[in-house]
Amino acid sequence: MTPLDKVEGRAIPFGLKNVDTDVIIPAHWLKTTTREGMGRGAFEAIRKDPENLFDSAEYKGAPILIAGDNFGCGSSREHAAWALGDLGIRVVIAPSYSDIFSGNAVKNGILPVVLPQTAIDRLMEVAATDPVFVDLEHQTVTTQFQDRFTFEIDPFRKMCLLEGLDEISLTEKSDSAIDAYEKQLDADRPWMRPAA
Amino acid sequence: MTRPRTLYEKIWDAHVVEQRPDGTALIFIDRHLVHEVTSPQAFAGLRATGRTVRRPDLTLAVPDHNVPTTARLDAAGNKLPIADPESAAQLAALERNAPEFGIRYIDAVAPEQGIVHVVGPEQGFSLPGTTIVCGDSHTACHGGIGALAFGIGTSEVEHVLATQTLLLQPSKTMEVRVEGEVGPGVSAKDIILHITGVIGAAGGTGHVIEYTGSAIRALSIEGRLTVSNMAIEGGARAGLIAPDETTFDYIKGRPYAPKGADWNAAIAYWKSLATDPGATYDKVVIIDAADIAPSVTWGTSPEDVVPITGVVPAPDSFADPSKQTAAAKSLAYMGLEPGTRMQDVAIENIFIGSCTNSRIEDLRAAAAVIKGRHKADNVRWAIVVPGSGLVKAQAEAEGLDRIFTDAGLEWREPGCSACLAMNPDKVPAGERCASTSNRNFVGRQGPGARTHLVSPAMAAAAAVTGKLTDVRELMA
Repeated sequence: MTPLDKVEGRAIPFGLKNVDTDVIIPAHWLKTTTREGMGRGAFEAIRKDPENLFDSAEYKGAPILIAGDNFGCGSSREHAAWALGDLGIRVVIAPSYSDIFSGNAVKNGILPVVLPQTAIDRLMEVAATDPVFVDLEHQTVTTQFQDRFTFEIDPFRKMCLLEGLDEISLTEKSDSAIDAYEKQLDADRPWMRPAA
Repeated sequence: MTRPRTLYEKIWDAHVVEQRPDGTALIFIDRHLVHEVTSPQAFAGLRATGRTVRRPDLTLAVPDHNVPTTARLDAAGNKLPIADPESAAQLAALERNAPEFGIRYIDAVAPEQGIVHVVGPEQGFSLPGTTIVCGDSHTACHGGIGALAFGIGTSEVEHVLATQTLLLQPSKTMEVRVEGEVGPGVSAKDIILHITGVIGAAGGTGHVIEYTGSAIRALSIEGRLTVSNMAIEGGARAGLIAPDETTFDYIKGRPYAPKGADWNAAIAYWKSLATDPGATYDKVVIIDAADIAPSVTWGTSPEDVVPITGVVPAPDSFADPSKQTAAAKSLAYMGLEPGTRMQDVAIENIFIGSCTNSRIEDLRAAAAVIKGRHKADNVRWAIVVPGSGLVKAQAEAEGLDRIFTDAGLEWREPGCSACLAMNPDKVPAGERCASTSNRNFVGRQGPGARTHLVSPAMAAAAAVTGKLTDVRELMA
């Protein structure tokens, strides 16, 4: 996973709320056995409009996406994160996310920044003409004007993103704890194993 | 005496492998359900890193999303080829990956095959008090039997395959209490649609919802699975309903369920899981069952719910400006005008099926409405898709298939079908579908398709009249 620290550039002022993962990547794009090439299907219905933001001269390849409440709701498809990543998006800024999507984003090196709606409104305004700066180390979103918004992030997620860590290798360090749990479970509740 | 705990907290506590100082915990996963769409990249990841599946005995794979719902065998009993090469490749990948990694696999033509969330409880693989994951957001479904069950992404699928754990932040808790008795014609689906309308599509974000109250207790397991299935539509990653005698009666004797002395030990444990008196939730929503009508969605978010007796709302009737914008976009997509009576909306397609509503009780409810009637002429396409091969066999033993086919509906093979437009069952652009599935998102049932979410009885009523209909008017 590519580490992420500072991201600066144009931010797509998308702004819609309850953007579901079927909108981010429709189901027919899920018929694949690889993670690659999902960007072509990203926001497919919206991009049928030739005037859409994603393919406009200003925002094509922009690294930041600004959205409304409950971004990434619905299906658990990680293809949504793969699609955003393939479009070149490294940061999403929204007031809230679905729980599953925000986890999927982090696991694919995409930072889900949570900011209040007032900050979103201001960033939407700036994004119309100017770039936005995101600093994960210092947990800030700034503009070339006076704007400075700080955001919260789970320290583990922050570390994974900053260092581009593979979570499975980290968990494998807890192997003996997992062994111990399994032994205890078999002793306490042997019936939990599926009956033969 | 330990402090009183909720059902969620008890299941969580019993699964902590390792508590981390930052508040996250490594959580043991008791059951992992795998299907063909969200797993190939995870298996590829294992292969690339030389990892194996830690607990194949806790993993069950079954194809459901891509499988066509038309006949799968020819007259001689040979497997028919799958026309779509991408679907065929994905199904072939699961068929290859399962044995390679030593995982239990139910083949697309096996009698037990079906939608993963129907198969898990039906096989007794899903049990109360367990943690269950699957690369599918409707894993929330299994909360209906009192399991902590939630959808995960493909990276997490790989993580669970490799380690049988997930690193998780504990969720907040939310109680949705439905008290009283529902009226005639009101089903579990109407209860959950109503709840979603009340709390909103993001109302449960960051929470696990426990559904309580007399109206929930009165539901069968099929009904409880329907309610918990759509916890995700209210933003909650998981739903929970405390296991009780109804749950135990349902699970007893199923193939993977505990037997003999184990059964008694299991029951004793499951009974200890109920939320303690005095335990508190972070959020509580109380709903009067008498307020719930047969319900229907008008827009493109599952929170866009009105009673069937209602009208299409005007965007400016919403206080939130972003909801006004969303509602206007929804109405344009749905081709609806504010003020239109929901019962005047004509329907060309009917879908009875999905992990929300494809169990035997759902099919019985639809059949009861349609028996002795015929679908309306303007209904172009009407399919009934049982949730599993076992549901299909049961329905056929009861003669339900004949009731549907006599009424002009098609009787299909089990699978996800028209819920998500990944297989040949799709709704054409610009046409409406009264659907018993769980999502009315833009393009969910096919590009440009317009979905109205309803209960099985309401879908059957719409099939008969050719428009959205108050099923109570068709009840004797």
